[in-house]
Amino acid sequence: MEATVALGGNPNSGKTTLFNGLTGSRQHVGNYPGVTVDKKEGIYAYNGYKMHIVDLPGTYSLTAYSEEEVVARDFLVSEKPEVTIDIVDASNLERNLYLTVQLLELGVPSCVALNMMDVAKNRGIEIDTKKLSDLLAVPVLPVIARTGQGRQELMDSAAEVAKTKQKQEPLEISYGQDLDGVIRQMQDDIEKNRFMTECYPSRWIAIKYLENDEQILKKGQEANPSLAARLEKKVEKISHHLQRTLDTYPEAMIADYRYGYISSLLRQDDVFHQKYDKNRLYVSDKIDRVLTNRFMGPIIMLLILMGLYHFTFTYSETPVGWTENFFGWLADTVSANLPDGLLQSLIVSGIIDGVGGVMGFAPLIMFMFFGIALLEDSGYLARVAFMLDRVFKMFGLHGSSVMAYIVSGGIAGGCAVPGVMATRTLRSPRERLATLLTAPFMNCGAKLPVFALLIAAFFSENEAMMMFILTLIAWGGALIVAKILRLTIIKGEATPFVMELPPYRLPTFKGLMIHTWELTWQYIKKAGTIILGISVLLWAMMTFPGLPESETEKFEGKREAVKAAVSGSVVQELEFADQDTQLSLDALALTQQLSEIDAQESETALRYSAAGRIGTALESVTKLAGFDWRTNIALVGGFAAKEVVVSTLGTAYSLGEVDPEEYTSLAQRLAASPNWNPLVAISLMIFTVFYAPCFVAVVCIAKEAGSWKWGAFSMIFNTALAFGLSVLVFQIGSLI
Amino acid sequence: MNRLTMRHMQDNQSGTISAVKVGGELGRRIRDMGLVPGTEIMVQGRAPLYDPVALRVRGFTLTLRNNEANHIEVEVS
Repeated sequence: MEATVALGGNPNSGKTTLFNGLTGSRQHVGNYPGVTVDKKEGIYAYNGYKMHIVDLPGTYSLTAYSEEEVVARDFLVSEKPEVTIDIVDASNLERNLYLTVQLLELGVPSCVALNMMDVAKNRGIEIDTKKLSDLLAVPVLPVIARTGQGRQELMDSAAEVAKTKQKQEPLEISYGQDLDGVIRQMQDDIEKNRFMTECYPSRWIAIKYLENDEQILKKGQEANPSLAARLEKKVEKISHHLQRTLDTYPEAMIADYRYGYISSLLRQDDVFHQKYDKNRLYVSDKIDRVLTNRFMGPIIMLLILMGLYHFTFTYSETPVGWTENFFGWLADTVSANLPDGLLQSLIVSGIIDGVGGVMGFAPLIMFMFFGIALLEDSGYLARVAFMLDRVFKMFGLHGSSVMAYIVSGGIAGGCAVPGVMATRTLRSPRERLATLLTAPFMNCGAKLPVFALLIAAFFSENEAMMMFILTLIAWGGALIVAKILRLTIIKGEATPFVMELPPYRLPTFKGLMIHTWELTWQYIKKAGTIILGISVLLWAMMTFPGLPESETEKFEGKREAVKAAVSGSVVQELEFADQDTQLSLDALALTQQLSEIDAQESETALRYSAAGRIGTALESVTKLAGFDWRTNIALVGGFAAKEVVVSTLGTAYSLGEVDPEEYTSLAQRLAASPNWNPLVAISLMIFTVFYAPCFVAVVCIAKEAGSWKWGAFSMIFNTALAFGLSVLVFQIGSLI
Repeated sequence: MNRLTMRHMQDNQSGTISAVKVGGELGRRIRDMGLVPGTEIMVQGRAPLYDPVALRVRGFTLTLRNNEANHIEVEVS
C-alpha cells in the first residue's frame, strides 16, 4: 500500500529521531517552494507498505506568524497527506497537545504518537492511551523513538487510518458563550457562500478570522471581498465587546479555552496521572544549576565554545590537508601532461583550483556541523542563547547569533562559510539575516596571511597587540553594522525570544551523522556548481586579454639577450639539467636572471589583463585610501579567497607567485617601497576586515538568505563600507 | 494575594498567571507556550546578566526576555 504520511509535532518532541528511524538513509532534503525552510522526505518500506514520509517543520502552533508554521499548514491543506502522524512528548503532554488540538480542528486524518514514554514513566507520569484515544477520537500509540519501540504498531495504525478514513470530522471546542455565538453566525455565512470551504472547515475559517490570521484574511479578501468585509466587521464588533467587558482579545480567549479544553481532557477519568509535583526539578534542571550558574555558566560556556572551535579547526586540518594534497597532486599531474598554454592554465588555475576550493571547505563544514549538531541535539545550544541573549539583544540580534560569529572567525582563524551556514540554528528571521550578513566581518583564517604580511612589514614589534586590535575591530564592526542594519533595512521589532530550554539529552550517533552529512552534501551540491563558474570567471579576468605579441616578443628578446651574454655551454647545461643536477655558478646566475624576466612578464601580463585594467582604472579613486594599482588587483584576486591577496601582490611586485605562508621577501619589498608606509598598511588591513566576503561565502549568503539580492548586497555594501572606513583612516592619518 | 508583573518576581517564587496583556505575535507566542491566565508558574532563575528569565510551567522550562515578561501579570501569595 502506498500513502503520503506527514510527520508533525513540537520542536524537541523527538520528531527527527522518529523520522530517521523510519526512513534511515532513504531520505533527502529539499526546500518548500519560495521559503528557506528545509523539506525532508523519505520512504518507509515495511510489510508491504510503501509510505512517502514528509517531515514537517517542528512548530508549537499553526498560526501564520512564522514561515515554519505556514509551511506546515499549507502542506497539510494543499497536499492532503493520507495521514498525519502527530508526535507528542508524553513527558510534556499539555503543551504538546496544544498543537494536536489545532491539527484536529483543521480536520486532517491523524494519529498521535505518544513519544518518550520511558522519560514520562521516570517522571511518575501515567497516561491511559486507550482513554485518550477515545476522547480525541484518533488512534494514540505509545512509542519510544530513540529505541524504535512501538514504531511498527504506529505505522500499522497509520496505515489503517490512511486506508479507511477519507475524512476526519473536525474537532469542535467550545470557546465560551460570547465567541461560540459569533462563530456559529460566521459559520452559517461561510457555508452558505462556500467561502474557501473546499480547503478548510468552516468553523476553522471562523476561528482564524477571530484570531486575525493574516494569511486567511488575505485569502478571504481575494476569494470574496464583500463576505470577507462582513466577517471582519463581526470580528471587530466582538473584539470591542470583549475588550470592554472582559479586557481581553478574541485570540487570547481562544488560546485560554484551548488550554482549558486540554486540562479538562486530561482530568477526565484519570487519563493522565502524575505522581510527583509537576514542577519538581529533574536531573536536567540540576545540571542547569551549574551550567547556567551566574559565575560558573559563562566560564564553562567559554570552555565549551573554545573546545568546539578547537575540534572544528584542529581535527579537520588532516582531512583538509588530504583534499588539498589531492588537488595539488591533480594540478601537478595535469600540468605535467598538458602542454603549457591556455588550456592547461584554464584546467589548473580555473577548474581544479575552483573545485579544490569548494572541496577543501567540505571537511571543515562537516566537522563544524558535527560539533554544532552535538550542541544542538544535546540541548546546550539553547542555554548558550539564554546566557548571551542580553548582550546580543542590544545589537538587534539573538543569543544564538554567537555561534555564527565564533565559527566565522570571532576567535581569529575561523571561516565565514560554515559560519554563515551555522545561522540555521536561529529561528528568528530578522535576527538571522542580520547575523549572516555581518558574520563575514570576523577574521577568518584566510585574512590572517594578509595581516601577517602587513604586520611583518610594518609592525613587527607589536604582532600580538595588532592581532588583538584587529579582532576587536572585527567584533565591534560586526555588532555595530548589525545594529545599523536592524535599524534600517532589516527594520522591525525583535522576534519574540520566548524559547524552551529542552531537557538535556544524549544525542544519538545516527542522528548526528545524518544531520552532518545532510548539510555537508547540501553545501557541496548547491555551492559547487556556482563556485566553479565564478572561479573560471576570475581566472579569465586575470588572464585575458593576454599580452600582445609585440610585448611577449620584447620579453623573449630580453631572455635571448641574457642567454647570449653568457657562453653557450652554460645555456646547454641549463637545457639538459633536471631538478637534481647541481648547477654551476654561471648557470645559477642565468636561472636567476631568467626568472626575474619571467616575473616581470607576469607583472606586465597581470597589469594588461581585465583585472589589471580594473585595478589601474580604479587607482585614481583608491588613492584616497592609499591603494595603488597593485593593491587593487590583489584585492580583486582576494574575492576568490582572501589569502590570494598575498600571492597576487607577489606577482604584482614581480616576485613571481608568493606562497601565503612564505611572505618574508614580499614583506621586505613592501617595507622598502615608496608607495607603502604603516598608514597604508593599516588602511589595507581595515579594508581586508570589511570588504566583500570571498565568493564561496557570498554564494552561501545568497543560499541561506534565500535570495541573490542579499549576496549582491553583501558584496556591494561591505566593499563600500570598507572603502569608506579605509579612506577615513588614511585621510585622518595623513593629516596627523 | 499580591499582583505583580512577572519581571518583578524573585528567583524560586511561584504564582498564578492572572493576565497576559499583549496581542500580536508576542502575545501569540506567549500563549502558544501555555502561559494563559490560571496557569501556575515558578521562576527558576535568570541568565548571568539577569535577562532573560527562566520559568517552570506545565512541567517544562521556558525562557523569555524581561521586556516580554513585563506583559504578564502574576498573582503571588
